[in-house]
Amino acid sequence: MTEPTPTSSTETRELISFRVGEQEYCVDIMAVREIRGWSPATTLPQSPAYMRGVINLRGAVLPIMDLAARIGMPTTEPNVRSVFIVVQAGDRTVGLLVDAVSDILSITDDMCQPTPDIACENVRHFVRGIISIEGRMISEISLDRLLPEREALAA
Amino acid sequence: MDELEAIKVTFFQECEELLADLEGGLLAMQDGNDDGDTVNAVFRAVHSIKGGAGAFGLEPLVRFAHVFETLLDALRSNEIPGTPDLTALLLRASDVLADHVSAARGLGVVDMDVSAAMAAELKIATDPNAAPAPVAAAPVEAAPQYVDAAPIVIGADEGLDDDDLGFDFQPMTITLDAQAADAAVLDGNVWTVSIRPKSDLYRKANETALLLRELSRLGPIQATLDDSALPTLEFIDPEAAYVTWSVRVETDQGEDAIREVFEFVDGDCELEITRGEAPVAEVLANLLDVTAPASAPAAIEAPVEPPVLAAAPVTELAAPAPAPAPAPVAANAPTAAPAAPAAKPAQIDVPGPGQSVIRVDPERIDRLIDLVGELVINQAMLAQRVGEYGIAPSSNLAMGLDELEQLTREIQDSVMAIRAQPVKSVFQRMPRLVREVANMTGKQARLVMDGENTEVDKTVIERLADPITHMLRNAIDHGLESPEERKAAGKNPEGVVRLAALHRSGRIVIEVQDDGKGINRERVHSIAVKKGLISPDLTLTDEEIDNLIFLPGFSTADKISDVSGRGVGMDVVKRSVQALGGRISITSRPGLGSTFTLSLPLTLAVLDGMVVDVAGETLVIPLACIVESLRPKAEEIRPLGPSGHVLAVRDSFVPLIDVGLTLNYRDRSPAATEGVVLLVEGEDGSRAALVADAIHGQRQVVIKSLEQNYQQVEGVAAATILGDGRVALILDVDAVINLRRRGPPPPSDPTLIAAE
Repeated sequence: MTEPTPTSSTETRELISFRVGEQEYCVDIMAVREIRGWSPATTLPQSPAYMRGVINLRGAVLPIMDLAARIGMPTTEPNVRSVFIVVQAGDRTVGLLVDAVSDILSITDDMCQPTPDIACENVRHFVRGIISIEGRMISEISLDRLLPEREALAA
Repeated sequence: MDELEAIKVTFFQECEELLADLEGGLLAMQDGNDDGDTVNAVFRAVHSIKGGAGAFGLEPLVRFAHVFETLLDALRSNEIPGTPDLTALLLRASDVLADHVSAARGLGVVDMDVSAAMAAELKIATDPNAAPAPVAAAPVEAAPQYVDAAPIVIGADEGLDDDDLGFDFQPMTITLDAQAADAAVLDGNVWTVSIRPKSDLYRKANETALLLRELSRLGPIQATLDDSALPTLEFIDPEAAYVTWSVRVETDQGEDAIREVFEFVDGDCELEITRGEAPVAEVLANLLDVTAPASAPAAIEAPVEPPVLAAAPVTELAAPAPAPAPAPVAANAPTAAPAAPAAKPAQIDVPGPGQSVIRVDPERIDRLIDLVGELVINQAMLAQRVGEYGIAPSSNLAMGLDELEQLTREIQDSVMAIRAQPVKSVFQRMPRLVREVANMTGKQARLVMDGENTEVDKTVIERLADPITHMLRNAIDHGLESPEERKAAGKNPEGVVRLAALHRSGRIVIEVQDDGKGINRERVHSIAVKKGLISPDLTLTDEEIDNLIFLPGFSTADKISDVSGRGVGMDVVKRSVQALGGRISITSRPGLGSTFTLSLPLTLAVLDGMVVDVAGETLVIPLACIVESLRPKAEEIRPLGPSGHVLAVRDSFVPLIDVGLTLNYRDRSPAATEGVVLLVEGEDGSRAALVADAIHGQRQVVIKSLEQNYQQVEGVAAATILGDGRVALILDVDAVINLRRRGPPPPSDPTLIAAE
């Protein structure tokens, strides 16, 4: 289950929007498996700063990624309202740590604008497009690019 | 079609078992255990493969299996004597048969030349005089179009070629080989056998002709066919059986012998055995009264008048049964002596239909194992919670929990046992390998296997094949001498390679032992020096020299052979074994041979570990790596170099590694005297002292992969879930030692390399 490729411009898609810092982002609802309250994660050694660690999701080891840090913003300080969104990205399941979930949006593709050509490399890399709805600006995350490529460590 | 595919898959699964049984039986024969049961089991295996293959129309396989079967048939009826040469031939034929099965499955191709050559060899072995079948095959197409009793003689070998589904309803008469007529001595022991095959008989790829042939071994027979139950074409069910046979047998054997002939079709045909010359017509009438389907109009007039010819050749009046595989009768009456030991009921190795074995998709078992893993974790969580609430251990709740724990453990053990398999499935591929390698290298090798029934988890089994293959090749190619050399050394020209599996202290140990010349240490040493793997002035112990062969890029073969000796052999084996958490070692005695010993964990799903605290994180260290744990005294810790420390353990010094520092959990390590030191041993035998903050105790943990949702993390072997529901990382001890080594400049001391 990757993100469905945009088909006709009139077809509606549903997205889940959430808050990261003061900004709003969203992902395709079809990629979302569940939303869970924050629980402390086990730190992974030798890992990038945006990897918060791993938690136990019903017996599976689920890596938790700090979305803010991944995009290049300051790391999130988890509080009671923090949640993680369990998403399917490629063949992997990952938890995205965000500040709060906002709502579910129904959009058509013509509501989606290309990412403005701004300086930040990270933003262009991870944001598929920008949705303008009711005066809000919501950026859609490209899930496929979030996780680092699997590196086979030299044996 | 899906259904057919599914059946086909089952057939190939069965084929694999049958091939294994075949090889097992042949090997037993090779070891001198060639009693009738073994030969019969071997015959049945080939026969079953042929039967199934016929049902799927796998022509080349059927043809080869048929030739093979014919030879085995001759062997089991003692027409030809069993000799070691013959057994060797049969073994090679079983290899070709296995190739055919693989090819039919779409895996690989059969070298048709090899197959044809083997088939020819088999035919010659079947008939040592190399004469064509006593009576040349008359084309079956010459069958009479009408009911006249024109005798046709067909040779034994050609029967299968006309296996077509032509709707040939013409009854025809077939005269069996006239030799049998000599045996037609009336001694009063006359039996009348009525056979009414059910459709199932043909569905199971059995054939009435074979039954009749089997009967004819007991004595002269006269077979009469009644096809009066045959409906007209428009009412006919092409897969149903309609005909009935009545056979007059003269034999000095009892009813049991006759019944034995029908052992394989038990339940698939109605059988009536009466003593004496029961009028054929009467028997037929009896049978028909009971069973004739009411709807079947007797349209085709049957030749009701049986051609009873006194002192005539054994006559068989036959019509191809309208069944899926109505192979025209392949009849070959053996010479007079009906000494053939008929199939005995004892089934040694071939799993009979009665033996209930369930085939389960491995994924389902994996799922079950996962779930049980969850259960174990959950149970531990519950226990921990109960402990936190301070409930007395003697309370009902606590006792119930104890019981739950015990049950959980039992369930876990039983589930793991489902996945445990005997190493036989890997071992049984090895005899062939040894034959091939021995052939290729011109050596004589005999494989002796031990402990095939040693059980180990499926995940381990799958990864055993490659190391074993490598070690066996190595043993034959490098270990064993050529027959001439062996003779000169006063040894049996045939070398013995022993492959054994055993359980030892919670691990499985695989040993590959040869009785060859052993490792030539001088040469190994000089090659290692020449290749720059070790420094020339280094003095090594014998053991260290032996272990040089595990160095990457080491090859002692004078010339690179096809078999082994590309210099990628033993170090690859060593690495793949280490990846499984195993070790490999070698011992060698000059002139007497070498032994490779491989030790692996019994399962890759659970692990015994020590739970420790490091910088606020909980880690699991595999118990197999831990040599001892201790609280160091200040005077045992000595500084070495700018930042390093070593620990004095008795008389040796071991590098001290702070796990928290190595894994970047903290920036500076606290004094080692405040923590606990775990003395660990890496797979290469190197030791290190790991410093942890506290030890929680020993626990069996379920291994969870990190790669599934993330990626490999250096220093971490895998993850697990502890009783509190949190994830704990399992430490990769070797990686931690290596990470530490990488900190300071890599050691240039060659002894370290040599020890690896």
